[in-house]
Amino acid sequence: MLMPAPDQGVLARRGEIIEALRALLPPDCLVVDETALKPYECDALSVYRQVPIAVALPRNTAEVAAVLACCHAAGVKVVPRGAGTSLSGGALPLADGVVVGLAKLNKILEIDYPNRCVVTQPGVTNLGISNAVSAAGFYYAPDPSSQIACTIGGNVAENSGGVHCLKYGLTTNNVLGAEVVLIDGTVVRLGGKHLDPGGYDLLGLMTGSEGLLGVVTEVTVRILRKPETARALLLGFATNEAAGDCVARIISAGIVPGGMEMMDRPAIHAVEDFVHAGYPLDVAAILIVELDGPPVEVDHLIGLVSKIAADAGAVTSRISNSEEERLRFWAGRKSAFPAVGRIAPDYFCMDGTIPRRTLPEVLRRMGELAQKYQLALANVFHAGDGNLHPLILFDGNDPDQLRRAEEFGADILRVCVEVGGVLTGEHGVGVEKRDLMGEMFSEADLAQQQRVKCAFDAGGLLNPGKVFPVLHRCAELGQMRVTGGRLPHPDLPRF
Amino acid sequence: MDLAPADRQELEAALADALDRRAPVEVMSGGSKRALGRPIQVERRLSLEKLAGIGLYEPEELVLTAGPATKLAAIERSLAEHRQQLAFEPPDLGPLYGEAPASGTLAGAISCNLGGPRRLASGAARDHFLGFQAVSGRGESFKAGGRVVKNVTGYDLMKLMAGSYGTLAIMTELTIRTVPAPEKTRTVLVFGLEDGRAIEALTAALHSPNEVNGAAHLPANVAKDSAVSYVGGAGTSVTALRIEGFGPSVEARCQRLRDLLARFGALEELHGMNSGKLWQSLRDAAPLASRPELIVWRLSVAAAASPTLLARIRAGGPALAWYDWGGGLVWLGLPPGESDGGAARVRAALPETGGHATLMRAPASIRAAIPVFQPRPPALAALEARVKASFDPVGILNPGRM
Repeated sequence: MLMPAPDQGVLARRGEIIEALRALLPPDCLVVDETALKPYECDALSVYRQVPIAVALPRNTAEVAAVLACCHAAGVKVVPRGAGTSLSGGALPLADGVVVGLAKLNKILEIDYPNRCVVTQPGVTNLGISNAVSAAGFYYAPDPSSQIACTIGGNVAENSGGVHCLKYGLTTNNVLGAEVVLIDGTVVRLGGKHLDPGGYDLLGLMTGSEGLLGVVTEVTVRILRKPETARALLLGFATNEAAGDCVARIISAGIVPGGMEMMDRPAIHAVEDFVHAGYPLDVAAILIVELDGPPVEVDHLIGLVSKIAADAGAVTSRISNSEEERLRFWAGRKSAFPAVGRIAPDYFCMDGTIPRRTLPEVLRRMGELAQKYQLALANVFHAGDGNLHPLILFDGNDPDQLRRAEEFGADILRVCVEVGGVLTGEHGVGVEKRDLMGEMFSEADLAQQQRVKCAFDAGGLLNPGKVFPVLHRCAELGQMRVTGGRLPHPDLPRF
Repeated sequence: MDLAPADRQELEAALADALDRRAPVEVMSGGSKRALGRPIQVERRLSLEKLAGIGLYEPEELVLTAGPATKLAAIERSLAEHRQQLAFEPPDLGPLYGEAPASGTLAGAISCNLGGPRRLASGAARDHFLGFQAVSGRGESFKAGGRVVKNVTGYDLMKLMAGSYGTLAIMTELTIRTVPAPEKTRTVLVFGLEDGRAIEALTAALHSPNEVNGAAHLPANVAKDSAVSYVGGAGTSVTALRIEGFGPSVEARCQRLRDLLARFGALEELHGMNSGKLWQSLRDAAPLASRPELIVWRLSVAAAASPTLLARIRAGGPALAWYDWGGGLVWLGLPPGESDGGAARVRAALPETGGHATLMRAPASIRAAIPVFQPRPPALAALEARVKASFDPVGILNPGRM
């Protein structure tokens, strides 16, 4: 993984830059000591590591603005960081950059039940928001699996999803407003407690922009009434095709389950060995279908889905009859990543999304690729929305295995794009999928995206080296000269 | 002189020519909402009428791709054949502007990002817009997004295009999400509530677990003209709550909602046909379409703040207004005569918590003289101008409309 070459001039001014930051922040809000910097050297994509110049931990919007303005004036790159749970390297530091951590902005500012929203600082965890409104019967819907640790600011940066986003939407569908600090320290407010934006939907643009456009210092999210009940079906199928067919039939029947998750044989076996969830071991795939809402509706839909599953050839069909049983169905799925972590030193979690009907084909081709690269693969999917999480098992201490795993992952994502899907459904491009962007987008597509970046950050100081495979200069992107949709610039840094 | 490119190449050529001559164009898809926004002074109109038709519709994948000028009515007919619909309930605003009904197009609906009553529960056009192909104001073709819902690959330019009123790029193909149509629809009505009490009733319903997806309040002077007899003949204000879904669930939820709302006032229940008529009329702002002389505003605010907002506006003179989205949306008709269309007092009445007022319908002279869209603070306005320039640096697409 190549990152932009560190600016030697900036590295030479390290002491000066730290002094300038010291003038803006109290001592406990600035990390410069090499040992203390260590925990910040990576996020959850821990195969890539880099210690930054410093980590700034501002306590409020004014301090965030001061730090950004200072870095902007000094030409120093900035990498924003929430809880560091990104799976795509979105918070990977730069050797010549300052990490701005939002962990100290960790207060919920307002709970507004009449308007069904919560105003919060970005460092509050995803689950923290739901917990704060739980007693009143509300929750915040998007539930990424890292929700006990990941922060709402990070969720906005990555447009995080989760198991329930099939029915309740991604972060972008659940955020109403934000306060954002631009790289030059300018503070703007986008949206509010109302539903529609007044001008361009910059909040929608900011959501999922991976920290390249601005630093979020306050977020207003919509909260929903908690569903009264939830019940789940645990279905087993003799083939992946039959499981995929069952998913298609449920959707075609007009049913939108709260969650619909699939696991293949290797994943089933890994979790059974780990948590003994009681999954059938003689099937090729299992499907967990959760239905939530008023009891009458849930009971009605359980009946419909049971029948659909039988028609689709389910060989195992269990219905949860208690909350305890429902949680047991989920226990295996929720521990899938650590279960796989037990059987291999390292794994890459891929994140492509595909049209649902191509699932059997994509599974077959992934099996062939596993043979080719001689690496084990376990699959868990958000089946309802076609979001795959193939887990590639390898040993990162073996350089050859690491290389094969990277190439295997890239090939899987190429297959996703080829069948009409996309590189990443919810984890973000970051550094992980950056060099594959050309599989999905032309140079002209990427140039337009980078022009939008230039509108926010003309100097390219905010989180550079992420998302875009080629760093264009804004002045050159602004020139109006294009032939056939391609912009050849051999002199630019490509990673 | 009008331009009507027949494909993307012709569109690129038309824009290249416009760029060479620095001659801006007015971009028009169906033209049903042409009178929405600041009037545009240009020599040429660029019509997308030839870029129409559904290219792909896969009901089992809940996805549809179509040309920009595809009529929404045609899309809705295709969806209905597969018992599907558009979740964002796009309004048919043609009649509001004196145009024919059912003349709206897909690109028009997306570009204005207007959502109907279901906006409250299911989002606006922006939330169902998955991908597009377009030619920017630089004359360059580009695409963004894809055909799947879960997609964070690159910036979400769909959000930016939705609600950009054709000022950034001209879309040549759009991909949207479709959803299953509900098996059953019912509406619970509560009679005789004054505004503040009505918003309390809507809030109580929205805080209940009954999955209400339409929540409106019609003061008596709006309700009286409804074509739905239970509403038009009520002789008082009408508060309406919509429940949709599978049959047994809708029946059970309606009953629980009635139990919950009994303490507010007398109740009635509308079944499928009447429900459909009522919500369609609110979606299309029908009470204002039938009064072409009124100046029309659309206010998006925090739901609980809207009765105070409307009381402030009414203190300055008569108003025809109703609430949708549980109070989060106010449609407002003001008598003509004020030189600014009431802009100063309407915007001064907006709550401290924010929100915005859009001048939806007014004579061109008023729309040219005052900001149609809510003025933004300078830093935000500057950022928006830079974003516009990143797509259309010379300003050849719908100059001044926003």
